[in-house]
Amino acid sequence: MKILVGVKRVVDFNVRIQVKADGSGVATEGVKMSMNPFDEIAVEEALRLKEAGKAEEVIAITIGPKASQEQLRTALAMGADRAIHVETDEDVQPLTAARILKAITDKEEPKIVMLGKQAIDDDNNQTAQMLAALANWPQATFASKIDVDGDSANVTREIDAGLETLSIDLPAVISTDLRLNEPRYVKLPDIMKAKRKPIETFTIAELGIEPAAAVKVLKTSAPAARQAGIKVASVDELVAALKEKGLI
Amino acid sequence: MPEYKAPQRDMMFVLNDVINVSELAELPGFEDATPDIVQGVIDEAAKIIENTIAPLNETGDREGCRFDNGTVTAPAGFKEAYQLYAESGWTGLDKSIDFGGQGLPYTLATAVTDMLSAGNDAFSLYPGLTNGACEALVEHGSQELQDIYLEKLTTGEWTGTMCLTEPQAGSDLSQVRTKAIDQNDGTYLVEGTKVFITGGEHDFVENIIHLVLARLPDAPAGVKGISMFLIPKFMINSDASLGERNPVVCASIEEKMGIHGSSTCVMNFENAVGYMIGNPNEGLRYMFTMMNLARLMVGLQGLGVAERATQGAIEYAKERKQATAINGGATIIHHPDVRRMLMTMKALTEGCRMVAYDTAKQYDISKAHPDASVRKTANDRVELMTPICKAFATDTGCEVASLGVQVLGGAGYIRESGMEQHMRDAKIFCIYEGTNAIQALDLVGRKMKLNLPQNFITEMAAKLEAESSNSELAFILEPMKIALELLDETTQWLIKAAQEDPQNPAAAAVEYLTLYSLLTHGYFWVIAAKAALIKQDDSFCQAKLATAQFFAAKILPRVHSLAPAIMSGAAVVMAAEEDGI
Repeated sequence: MKILVGVKRVVDFNVRIQVKADGSGVATEGVKMSMNPFDEIAVEEALRLKEAGKAEEVIAITIGPKASQEQLRTALAMGADRAIHVETDEDVQPLTAARILKAITDKEEPKIVMLGKQAIDDDNNQTAQMLAALANWPQATFASKIDVDGDSANVTREIDAGLETLSIDLPAVISTDLRLNEPRYVKLPDIMKAKRKPIETFTIAELGIEPAAAVKVLKTSAPAARQAGIKVASVDELVAALKEKGLI
Repeated sequence: MPEYKAPQRDMMFVLNDVINVSELAELPGFEDATPDIVQGVIDEAAKIIENTIAPLNETGDREGCRFDNGTVTAPAGFKEAYQLYAESGWTGLDKSIDFGGQGLPYTLATAVTDMLSAGNDAFSLYPGLTNGACEALVEHGSQELQDIYLEKLTTGEWTGTMCLTEPQAGSDLSQVRTKAIDQNDGTYLVEGTKVFITGGEHDFVENIIHLVLARLPDAPAGVKGISMFLIPKFMINSDASLGERNPVVCASIEEKMGIHGSSTCVMNFENAVGYMIGNPNEGLRYMFTMMNLARLMVGLQGLGVAERATQGAIEYAKERKQATAINGGATIIHHPDVRRMLMTMKALTEGCRMVAYDTAKQYDISKAHPDASVRKTANDRVELMTPICKAFATDTGCEVASLGVQVLGGAGYIRESGMEQHMRDAKIFCIYEGTNAIQALDLVGRKMKLNLPQNFITEMAAKLEAESSNSELAFILEPMKIALELLDETTQWLIKAAQEDPQNPAAAAVEYLTLYSLLTHGYFWVIAAKAALIKQDDSFCQAKLATAQFFAAKILPRVHSLAPAIMSGAAVVMAAEEDGI
């Protein structure tokens, strides 16, 4: 069984995001970039399934600029067997990403496509669901526990009401949540080995995909600075203040 | 205590834009050190250090090592963190592939040690001392000893020590008394007491390999009669399994001012079985193989503690509100004197990083370059810079840690802030592996005889000349030119004055080393400023350029008080009668 794992290059979660002066987007020049933390969890889970004998091959895939290969190398150093890079300098919207993943899925025929539930840059949380729809596969999103048993899997999901366990047939799309696992530290010798693992490269055109242009970014701006609060002396005053603001 | 975050932006700036690390990948044996590997190594080392080792810095300080009847237990978490660090392959980064290492350049190991020291200076000593032992074995050990011990030391499965100091033999190793008797079976029985042995005993690993200086019965007196022995805590059986416990006993551990997480042991060798490394009576020379690397490592500890104090102070100053500043700013970072302290910390720390990384690169060139003359030039630079890396970076560690406490004010004096720990930890770096005065004497003595300081003055002058048409760099080129003339004059004076009275260079050595270091920093600030000028729209480069300007205007002028002080001679230092002092 093959597992295809999505890996996205994003601004490192420690970096304080700055908006470009012209409002055209977020500054990334000289900024530390890393693998999306939810994707790291997805890679880790795929590797654990392989180590448990439930999968034979783990393939990491990324869609993005040339530099995204750094994140593929991280996935390879963690233990993925090989990688696919769909190279583009354009902004990739979730529907485009889902179409690309569908094309690669058709080629590779994995039993599981494992994706982070969302990327911390745009927080869309759409790609896994869209891919499942395009492929007409079952989906189990926000996974916090995955048990694979032959041609099916039990996936425990984090939902608003608590936890829910779904039994799904494979092939399926699974998106990973924060508590699923704690990704391993990469070993230095594996960083060296990753250099020798293959990365296959495609352009979006080569895959015959029409990029979606459903969403157009008009302007990016930093959130307004938070106004200082006020202190109220009593509950009555609080209720009055809330009413005055039309909040209750 | 604020969390440690590896200063990856600055590290990559120094590696790429100041020392041009990519050149190393062109050297035979370093083909793997390509930019993606460099980035990957820094990224992953930062992760493991930030998340598993740095959080133990404060708890390690509070808990300290515990001694119980010959055993030493490191603070909670140290053992697990060490094992994860070793199992992840980090101890073998720059060691030979033949013995389980990764064969990467020492420059990369330097960057990792920068982070490790800043993250947890006490912890960094355990793998740090092992490095020295490995190097001595690689350079001078027999094939047999290498085969038995090197792989386990490389992978960190075992750790190593350097047993030099005895109660009466500190800076003066000619006083070493530990005895070694030839058993005529390839082994020696070693008897004596060694003190201040870092990592002499601990609970991380199953075996500890001591490299010990001792005397044969017929050895000449003084340093020419010292031999080096390898003494394992557990003997190794012919099938490579651990054998009998060797009578190497930890008698006690020291209660220290700082680096509480590092075990500092009194080691008794009670007729312990040892193996000679290399030839009889050449131990001191072999010791310097370990020592030179150890000195560079201690310099990185100075850099590390400075980095950590700087991070803590900047973070605090950006949050602490106290009296509206003259410019209207609410937080104390807007107060000019707080800013002066922070910029001093930043400029000195980043300067030490540039000197340390460049010296590491020269070390790699001195080992790997195909052309012997290039190797020689690089080795000369390492020789010159070793006392500078060690002494100036550790003086900087103390200065910056002290400023860090000052920035925090009363809060800095309180344990909870974590800043006072840096001050306590930093002091030992100025003392061990040759006090900073010993480093300075090395610079004005041996290194001056080899013309090394003079040669680099010429090189610095050529650099300033080469950049002289760049008007945007005038802010640093002008004061550097004047300072360099002053350094040249002082150097000439020292050479002459040494002939008149050997006390002249001795009395001025420490000041001379500081003067020389300031010029060295200035040399690298020229390179850094030039690189930063290219990308001024980036806030990092804007700050880098501002820091170069701060260095040129506020730190480099220190040379103008040092030069006349040096040239005032030894008489004024020695004038008071001993009884009257």
